[in-house]
Amino acid sequence: MLSLIGKRLMFAIPSLIGVVIVTFLLTRALPGDPAAYFAGPSADKQAIEEIRKKLGLDKPLIEQFFRYTADLAKGDFGNSLTTGQPVATEIRNRLPASAELTLLGLLVSIMIAIPLGILAATRPGSWIDHLCRVTTTAGVSLPVFFTGLVLVYVFYFRLGWSPAPLGRLDVFASTPPNVTGFYLIDSLIARDWEAFRSALNQLILPTATLAIFSLAPIARMTRASMLAILSSDFVRTARASGLSPRAVIVTYAFRNAMLPVITTLSMTFSFLLGANVLVEKVFAWPGIGSYAVEALISSDFAPVQGFVLTMAVMYVLINLIIDILYGVIDPRVRLEG
Amino acid sequence: MKRRDFLKTATGAAAGAMVSGPAIFSSAKADARSETLLIVSESGPNNLDIHGVGTNVPGYEVSWNCYDRLIGHEMKAGPGGVPYYDRDKFKPELAEDMTISDMSATFKLRKNAKFHDGTPVTAKDVKWSLDRSVSVGGFPTFQMSAGSLKKPEQFVIVDDHTVRVDFATKDRLTIPDLAVIVPCVINSELVKKNATEKDPWGLEYTKMQTAGGGAYKVTKWTAGTEVILERNDDWVSGPMPKIKRVIWRMVPQAGNRRALLERGDADMSYELPYKDFQEIKANGKLDVVSLPFSNGIQYIGMNVTKPPFDNPKVRQAVAYALPYQKIVDAVLFGLANPMYGASADKPTEVAWPQPHKYNTDMAKAKALLAEAGYPNGFETTISFDLGFAVVNEPLCVLVQESLGQIGIKTTINKIPGANWRTELNKKEMPLYTNVFSGWLDYPEYFFYWCYHGDNSVFNTMSYKSPEMDKLINGARTAAATGDKAAYDADVKGFVDLAFNDVPRIPLYQPYVNVAMQKNISGYQYWFHRRLDYRALVKA
Repeated sequence: MLSLIGKRLMFAIPSLIGVVIVTFLLTRALPGDPAAYFAGPSADKQAIEEIRKKLGLDKPLIEQFFRYTADLAKGDFGNSLTTGQPVATEIRNRLPASAELTLLGLLVSIMIAIPLGILAATRPGSWIDHLCRVTTTAGVSLPVFFTGLVLVYVFYFRLGWSPAPLGRLDVFASTPPNVTGFYLIDSLIARDWEAFRSALNQLILPTATLAIFSLAPIARMTRASMLAILSSDFVRTARASGLSPRAVIVTYAFRNAMLPVITTLSMTFSFLLGANVLVEKVFAWPGIGSYAVEALISSDFAPVQGFVLTMAVMYVLINLIIDILYGVIDPRVRLEG
Repeated sequence: MKRRDFLKTATGAAAGAMVSGPAIFSSAKADARSETLLIVSESGPNNLDIHGVGTNVPGYEVSWNCYDRLIGHEMKAGPGGVPYYDRDKFKPELAEDMTISDMSATFKLRKNAKFHDGTPVTAKDVKWSLDRSVSVGGFPTFQMSAGSLKKPEQFVIVDDHTVRVDFATKDRLTIPDLAVIVPCVINSELVKKNATEKDPWGLEYTKMQTAGGGAYKVTKWTAGTEVILERNDDWVSGPMPKIKRVIWRMVPQAGNRRALLERGDADMSYELPYKDFQEIKANGKLDVVSLPFSNGIQYIGMNVTKPPFDNPKVRQAVAYALPYQKIVDAVLFGLANPMYGASADKPTEVAWPQPHKYNTDMAKAKALLAEAGYPNGFETTISFDLGFAVVNEPLCVLVQESLGQIGIKTTINKIPGANWRTELNKKEMPLYTNVFSGWLDYPEYFFYWCYHGDNSVFNTMSYKSPEMDKLINGARTAAATGDKAAYDADVKGFVDLAFNDVPRIPLYQPYVNVAMQKNISGYQYWFHRRLDYRALVKA
């Protein structure tokens, strides 16, 4: 097991180096001149040159690259110009916000999608199968920002049930002491029930938005994979041997149907983490996605590079976890690996 | 537990939590609410110090409220009775007294003024701060030079509580330039302690925290998310502000900012789309203040160095072909001052901005275009800054449609905000729309930046005319020496010339729009167009 993990990580190193080089070059190829942008509205040519010098952008590209990698080796991602903060700190602060939202969204989604998929597969053509089809199609065809805005409109603006979409906590609540960066967990650790409630309330609408969106791939994949397994020989044998339908479906069929579902889950998770920018924008969520987009808009190199690098590392880690999970679920995969 | 039961309880719990949402305000929080102002806006500061590298406009708001300057402006009744800063009247802020002589101004500091950390404010701090503003380079230095404040030697310590500013030349803009945001007074000892060899002015330190003595201090700043400011209860440079605490949240989604206001959760917001402001104004639940930008104009610019726009007739033809009224009605929902269509016999005033005499007149436009040698029109591109797409995009579409009627075919070129300044600096775009507004509200200031042959960034048209330069220089000299007759003649002269040559066509004077709850009062309009928390009151 350990050697497998080691080997996997070794394989990841060249791709990470590739990511560093490509993001560096791509950000330099972005249109727009950060020096002109940050010199402000009333700067003349000389002022812009002064800023360029301060930012080190007057140096040749190769020197800029070596300087960047040397800083990177020290764990220094550089400074964001738009927010004025070190990128590493910002990503560290913002990643938990995105992760908490995404994980919760995924959890809710799994809790609905997997039972829905299984039920649909066991009764193909029934009303529950149609329900599964309709909800998944509807969920995936509504753009996330639209779902988010509709939820805000109905539950905040019209009904007033939900708190103001102002980020992770109520404006007047104080942040729980930072342990994991996940407010739900941190507030529980601090036994701060008010903060916990506030954080949970703030999470409900964005979580629902993400869950509705990610329902489709998971439910569809569960259904398809369950259908294939249910028609296979060993399930027929199990049924013929008189096992209870519950034992057949949960113990035998579902476990075998799980591999493609897990793959879809990993893809959905990484996709959600990067792509929930719009949800973050709608709910003023201080996450990593909106951070990266704002940086892109203002040609702010350092955060974009830091973001892509973080995402690359996350992908490597998620893939690793998935590979290990495969082995746990299906011993045959482990032997081949 | 069965799966179905679990689902039931889970949804039940979720719904329960949701319903109890608003009930979480305890009574202690309700008190905090009444003394706290919650502001929502699209973007927040990137630096708390206006002297910093690339400090953005929201950063100016922090600087304005957290630092004192030697002097400020008095208020007068503006349009609609809203307090509007008085360009010509100064009031003491950190200085309790100002004496202006022929070539210098002397400021006596308040003896009881203290910085946030309790150190008394002395002449040393003032000199260090002014030295810093003319030395750090970039925007602050540039702004200081606009008032002929260029060298540290101009700032002299007379005694512990007296500072003298020596004038380099006679310039009417020197005193007003001391009342803008840049020449703020910084706690020099505190910053020096935190300065490094690489960063002698301590810019890295003041970027993250305020080191001043102003009416507010930043107690928490999460970049891109929120700024929390607390009142400085020891402030002596003006009447004690009423608002104890300001929470300024960044809400990127305009629809949500409006929802927050209408639900009564947020107290104030600006940066809403014009349509929203117009609707909010119409339904009357909130107060909306709309005031014209001082010395600001949105215009259509043309590059006069290249054909076809090097021909004044072509430029006049364009000026007759623009759909002025449509732009104001459909794009701005009437929230703008027209800068067009003055009646033909109206004499030119000694004022800026003032409307020109062009109007939408397609027949005249066609005739002028034919006269210029383009009877069938020509093709060109019209560019705009995507950062302000809400206004710029529909505006350019209207212009495109209208110019099409006289045979000028235009392609729209959308330029991302980050790239806009670079493109302006290149001075290659043939046709574009842009907005300029000057902090200092003087016609010659506007014209110096926008029309003078020195060709500053804002002379986006690369317009050069010896006659224009003579008039602008004449007005600046006349203003400094107080020669009113010469000044009036020169101002009228350059306004007429700008309208005849039309290198740029003024469209309208934009409005700054602020929406607030009915219980908020005391809003003041400032040249920087940001909020002054010191005057605000929450009933």
